[in-house]
Amino acid sequence: MEIKYNFRETMNKPERLAPGHRMCAGCGGTIAVRNVLRALHEGDKAVIGNATGCLEVSTFMYPYTSWEDSYIHNAFENAGATLSGVETAYRVLKKKGKIDSTYKFITFGGDGGTYDIGLQSLSGAMERNHDMVYVCYDNGAYMNTGTQRSSATPMYADTTTTPVGTKSIGKPQNRKDLTVIMAAHDIPYVAQTTFFQNFRDLHIKSEKAIYTPGAAFLNIMAPCPRGWHYETDDIMEICRLGVETRYWPLFEVENGKWTLNYEPKKPLPIEDFLIKQGRFKHLFKKGNEYLIEAFQKEVDRRWDELLKRCE
Amino acid sequence: MAKRERLSGNEAVAIALRQINPDVFPAFPITPSTEIPQYFSTFVANGQVDTEFIPVESEHSSMSAAMGAEAAGARSVTATSSCGMALMWEVLYVAASDRLPLALTLVNRTLTGPININCDHSDSMGARDSGWLQVYAENNQEAYDNMVMAYRIAEHKDVRLPIMVCQDGFITSHAVENIILEDDETVKNFVGEYEPEAYLLNEKQPMSLGPYAISDYCMEAKRAQAQAMHNAKQVILDVAKEYEAITGRHYGLFEEYRMEDAEYAVVIIGSAAGTAKDAVDALRSQGMKAGLIKLRVFRPFPGKELAEALKHVKRVAVMDRAESYSDQGGPLGAELMAAMYRNKNTADAINVLYGLGGRDVRVEHMEELYRQLERGDLPEGYSYMGLRE
Repeated sequence: MEIKYNFRETMNKPERLAPGHRMCAGCGGTIAVRNVLRALHEGDKAVIGNATGCLEVSTFMYPYTSWEDSYIHNAFENAGATLSGVETAYRVLKKKGKIDSTYKFITFGGDGGTYDIGLQSLSGAMERNHDMVYVCYDNGAYMNTGTQRSSATPMYADTTTTPVGTKSIGKPQNRKDLTVIMAAHDIPYVAQTTFFQNFRDLHIKSEKAIYTPGAAFLNIMAPCPRGWHYETDDIMEICRLGVETRYWPLFEVENGKWTLNYEPKKPLPIEDFLIKQGRFKHLFKKGNEYLIEAFQKEVDRRWDELLKRCE
Repeated sequence: MAKRERLSGNEAVAIALRQINPDVFPAFPITPSTEIPQYFSTFVANGQVDTEFIPVESEHSSMSAAMGAEAAGARSVTATSSCGMALMWEVLYVAASDRLPLALTLVNRTLTGPININCDHSDSMGARDSGWLQVYAENNQEAYDNMVMAYRIAEHKDVRLPIMVCQDGFITSHAVENIILEDDETVKNFVGEYEPEAYLLNEKQPMSLGPYAISDYCMEAKRAQAQAMHNAKQVILDVAKEYEAITGRHYGLFEEYRMEDAEYAVVIIGSAAGTAKDAVDALRSQGMKAGLIKLRVFRPFPGKELAEALKHVKRVAVMDRAESYSDQGGPLGAELMAAMYRNKNTADAINVLYGLGGRDVRVEHMEELYRQLERGDLPEGYSYMGLRE
C-alpha cells in the first residue's frame, strides 16, 4: 500500500475527537487517537471502540461526548470482542442492503486493557480476522487508577504497586513484548510506532492498519505525564529518545514480512531516554549504575532479536 | 401450517432461532447449551439463515460481541449455561444498562463447586439482579414458544431490555418430546423486523454508547431501567395474548394448575412443574385440595399477582432450585414470601430446596411434600427435598 503523507494537509483535517474533553495536558493518549483518526479517508464513517480507561472516562462523560463518530465503550477487558460484534453487524446489515456508507472499525485500549485484562478478547478478535484495527496506546501502567504496574511497565519503573523502597528497585520484571505476540497471530498487519518526527510513521501505519482488509494491530508508545513524571512539553522529545535509544523501535509486519522502519544512525544510550522521567530517577542514584547497564543490555538484546526478524 | 414434531428442547430453540433469523450469533461451547449454536451452525453452513455466526473464544466475549452487534443495529443472540453465564456476569449488567434488547438462550446448569453438568437454577438466579428479563420453561414446547416471543418483549419501546430465555439442562434441553412448531412464515411475521431508534451504524446520526455517568446521572439511569422492567409485565401479557391468537397456546406470568379451590399449594419454576402436576392429580383423586403455581416470568417478578393467586391457600411450599446461602433459603422463597407479607397474605409458607446439581425430583417426593403441608408439619427455617442426610 503506497501512502502519501503531507504534514500540513493531514494536520488540517477536521478533528474527529472534539476538544473540550478532560484528558491531561501532555497526554499521549489523545495525541495517538487524533493522529490515528486523521488516517481515515474523507467520507468514510467509523465506529470507535474503547476499553475502560482514562480515554473513556474523560471523553464520554454523560451527557457529553467528544466523539464525532459512533462510539462504544463496554468494559475494561472486552474492547476486542465488542468491536468484533459491531464489525460483524456491519457485514450483515450491508449484505441486507440496510447500509450504504463505508464504515471502518477502530478500537482503542490502554496497555492495561490490552496487554493484561483484555489480552484474551483481543487475541480472539484478531485470530478471527475481523476487519478492524485494535490500537493500544501504551503508557506502561494502569494510569487511570493511579499508576499501578502492568505487564507493559518497563523494568525498574517506580509505580504505585512496584514502589521503590529500601528493598525494592521498582518493577523487577521486564516488559511483555505485545507487538511480537500480535505478529505471531499471523494477521495481515501489525505495527509499532510512536510520535516521531512529524507523525509520518504513525500516520502511514494508521492508514495501512485501517485500510488493510482483515485484522490489524497498532502499538503506540504514548507517554503519560502523571505516571512517567515529565514536563508536559517534553512528550515529543521523550518519544524521539525512545526511538533513538532503540527502546521503542519502529517496525511493521505486513502479511508476515517484518520491516524495520527506522534505524538510528548513532543510537543513543538508554540513560538519555530514562533521565527525563521521574519514574526512573532512582536509577541515577550512586551505586545503581548496574541497573542502567542491565536495562541497556535488555534493550540491545531485543534490538538484535528484531533485526533478525527483519532480515 | 403448524407441524407436529418430536424434538429436544435444544433442537426446538435452535429451530425457533432459525425461524427468527437473527443477524448475529456469537457463541462459545458449554454443556448442556452447546447443541444450540451447533445446530445453528449447520443452518448457517447450509444457507438456511442470513445470520453471521461468531465462534468467539469465551462467554465473556460472546456476550460482549452480541452487545456490540446489537448496539450496531443488528438483532443478536447468544447461548450459554452455568459457568459460561458466570463469566458473562459483568457485562450482563452493562447490556441491561445500555438497554440492548438482545436474547440469551440459557440452558440452566448448576454453577461449579463441585463441577457438575446437570440442572439447577443457580446460574440464572445468580443473575437475577442484573436487569435482564427472565422467562422459564417447563418443557420443549414452552422453550420454543418463549424464544419466539422473546424479541417482541425485549425490543418493545416501553421495555428495551435484554431477555434470558431459560430451560432446564438435560431434563428439557436433551429429552425428546412431542412439540408443535409454527411454520416459518408465521414466526417471521410474528417477530417482525428489528428497527432500533438509535444505533451505531445509523448513517444519519452517530451514537455514543457506554458513558461514564457521575452521581448526578447514574441513579436516574438505574431508575429508568427499573421502570422498563415494570413496564415489561404488561408487554409480556400483551405479546402472549397475540401469540395465543395465532397458536392457541396460552401464556401468562405464571400458570395456575388446579388452584381454584386449592388449600395446599406449591410454587415452582421449570421442568419439575410437570412432576408436581402429576402429584397434584394423584392427590386430588384422593380428595386433597392440592394446587400448583408454575412461575414463568421471574423478572419482572409478579409478586402482587402471586400473592393474589395464593390468597385462599392454607399452606404453601415455595420451591427453589438454587441455594442463596443466606441461611434463609433460596431466591424464590425470599421474594415470594416478601410479596405475600406486603400483600397481607398470611398463609403458612415454607421454602424447600430441591434438585440441586440435577438431583432427581420424583412424583412421590412431591406427594410427600403436599402431605407435609396438609399435616402442618412445617420445618423451622427452610428444608431440602431428596437429600441424602
